[in-house]
Amino acid sequence: MELLSGADILIRSLADEGVDVIFGYPGGAALHIYDALYRQKAVEHILVRHEQAATHMADGYARVTGRVGTVLVTSGPGATNTITGIATAYMDSIPMVVISGQVQSHLIGGDAFQETDMVGVSRPIVKHSFLVKKAEDIALTIKKAFYIARTGRPGPVVVDVPKDITNPANLFEYRYPSSVKMRSYTPVLRGHAGQIKKATEEILNAKRPIIYAGGGVVQGNASELLRDLVHSLGCPVTSTLMGLGCIDSADKQYLGMLGMHGTYEANNAMHNADLILAVGARFDDRVTNDPEKFCPGARIIHIDIDPASISKTVRADIPIVGPVEQVLTDMIEAVKQLNIVPDKTAQDAWWKTIEEWREIDCLAIKPTESPLMRPQQVVEMLSKVTNGDAIVTSDVGQHQMFAALYYKYNRPRQWINSGGLGTMGFGLPAAMGAKMAFPDANVVCVTGEGSIQMNIQELSTCKQYNLPIKIININNQALGMVKQWQDLHYEKRHSHSYMDSLPDFIKLAEAYGHVGIRVDRYEDLEAAMIECFSMKDKLVFMDIYVDPNEHVYPMQVAGGTIKDMVLSKAEGS
Amino acid sequence: MRRIISILMENEAGALSRIVGLFSQRGYNIDSLTVAPTDDESLSRLTLTTEGDEGTIEQITKQLNKLVEVVKLVDLTEGAHLERELMLIKLKAVGAQRAELKRTTDIFRGQIVDVTSTLYTIQLAGTSDKLDAFVEAVNGVPIVEVVRSGVSGLGRGDKVLSL
Repeated sequence: MELLSGADILIRSLADEGVDVIFGYPGGAALHIYDALYRQKAVEHILVRHEQAATHMADGYARVTGRVGTVLVTSGPGATNTITGIATAYMDSIPMVVISGQVQSHLIGGDAFQETDMVGVSRPIVKHSFLVKKAEDIALTIKKAFYIARTGRPGPVVVDVPKDITNPANLFEYRYPSSVKMRSYTPVLRGHAGQIKKATEEILNAKRPIIYAGGGVVQGNASELLRDLVHSLGCPVTSTLMGLGCIDSADKQYLGMLGMHGTYEANNAMHNADLILAVGARFDDRVTNDPEKFCPGARIIHIDIDPASISKTVRADIPIVGPVEQVLTDMIEAVKQLNIVPDKTAQDAWWKTIEEWREIDCLAIKPTESPLMRPQQVVEMLSKVTNGDAIVTSDVGQHQMFAALYYKYNRPRQWINSGGLGTMGFGLPAAMGAKMAFPDANVVCVTGEGSIQMNIQELSTCKQYNLPIKIININNQALGMVKQWQDLHYEKRHSHSYMDSLPDFIKLAEAYGHVGIRVDRYEDLEAAMIECFSMKDKLVFMDIYVDPNEHVYPMQVAGGTIKDMVLSKAEGS
Repeated sequence: MRRIISILMENEAGALSRIVGLFSQRGYNIDSLTVAPTDDESLSRLTLTTEGDEGTIEQITKQLNKLVEVVKLVDLTEGAHLERELMLIKLKAVGAQRAELKRTTDIFRGQIVDVTSTLYTIQLAGTSDKLDAFVEAVNGVPIVEVVRSGVSGLGRGDKVLSL
């Protein structure tokens, strides 16, 4: 058997786990590990400019590939800087392993230099965490960390590694375990067959059914199956913010996104449905509005890998705990076996009503008196110029909602955003992680002048590793979503929601060695965007000035039902 | 409604803090908590009492089950069960009260385990209600100090929480 140091064991374990890229930043407690990285080629390391960005990059990489994203940082500030990124991954159930250096074992608890109780600090936002006690445990701990991160409901796992156990002077036998079994961790592998049959019967007998698909469909690699089920049932389908792309947005049965900024037809169909099939969605408050008033006439079937997501906010009539992929496979089979003919008259009537809601055309960009460009037009143009085929990441705010509503997604893992935690500063590093995974794809970060400045230092990393992503900065010179809420709920008192003294983003992009293009008029937008995407090997920062007074609509009225919504600014004020 | 949740978990550093952290993080109450290793030293048994409506208790048990170090758990209050709590209570015992306290202790099947010229320390085991009743019964006698172990329990008969 091979003899290796703890540091070499750690890196070899990552390589044997199949990790090809790791995002990180060195420091004292991680130096032995960084030395081990230097002496090998299997794992590529991307040096970020801030550890938070490393976690978002690993997150973006994980979201587009479905693999586990991996991060390496040092102790103390290196570790605490990852917290926002870990919380982001936790809220969206993204598989990630974060390896943090720790001070030497005998110093732990003594307030040593760069000491933080990383396991303690991260505890509420991890799926699990480990403090490795001895070098002999490293390989098995890494195996367990990746196993826990990617199985069941995925999530981030922290592995805290004290410096002394990576000491190059001490050698240990190395063997990477081929599999791992844990008596206290056994993810559900199959949904209950009886429940699946019962649920399928109810769906087939429903008069006004709807499928409500969430991020679990994307994460669970079940988008194709969902499409098959939707088409075999002929019923309408809506998607959450996290589920966008699980259904082709051009699909006739697709009603668009639901929830706070969902479409008129999606929210009305949900409210009036007699049966809701929730697939990998969690009845989040941004979907339900007041859960007490949620879809009063509907029977609810809820498929989820996490039993704790079921009946958490809205009671499920038929709960099915299991992997979405397997449950949908069995459900499609059950549809064939059961031989129940759905009520055609009822189905036609249901679609007729839905078409009436659709005719409202709630996403039409209504003319205003302002001559300024509209943010919706920017995303529409982006969709057109990229053929609806780019990988789109976003930051958080109005631009995020516009990117969700106006880009025509056609496949899963194409739309990447921080839905649960709502982390500003996520978009740029997430796009970088996506570009690392798919160097030939068009990767676009739709952002705003507020969000982009939260991790703008990563433009430097983009230069170092030649990551020619495209940044669409929808510049409204304000923290748009905050301002929108202040317009609606605080009598237009814009407390600290404007961005005074913005940098010249063009010069800034150039200073980092990239290309900047400024656009002020809609007439110039298409040509500028075509130019932007023609520069295949350049990072292009498009600074696009838009109407600062635009609001995101539709918008739910707080405290109401899912369908209580305002469709325009005129109606809202 | 009061519930007794009994948990079999890995006897590892940090496991307890995850359980306690879950309660504070999600806004659940812990009324009492007791934990110790079992006959199998790799496992600890933790018993806690909490209050909540049905939905809250359902969430508590589901969230606890999600913790990687939790092997198994049971809500003992769902069926017939035994529960015991230990109390040590130090009371002022002077004059006629000494005899009276001795009698009350006997009635409750407790033991006087330490004596000074002015104090009795009484040991009492039973359900939490019984311990409360004792404290109520010695009402009027000045209490110097009370320590209670929190509830431990297991299911009656064949019902077993084990691997």
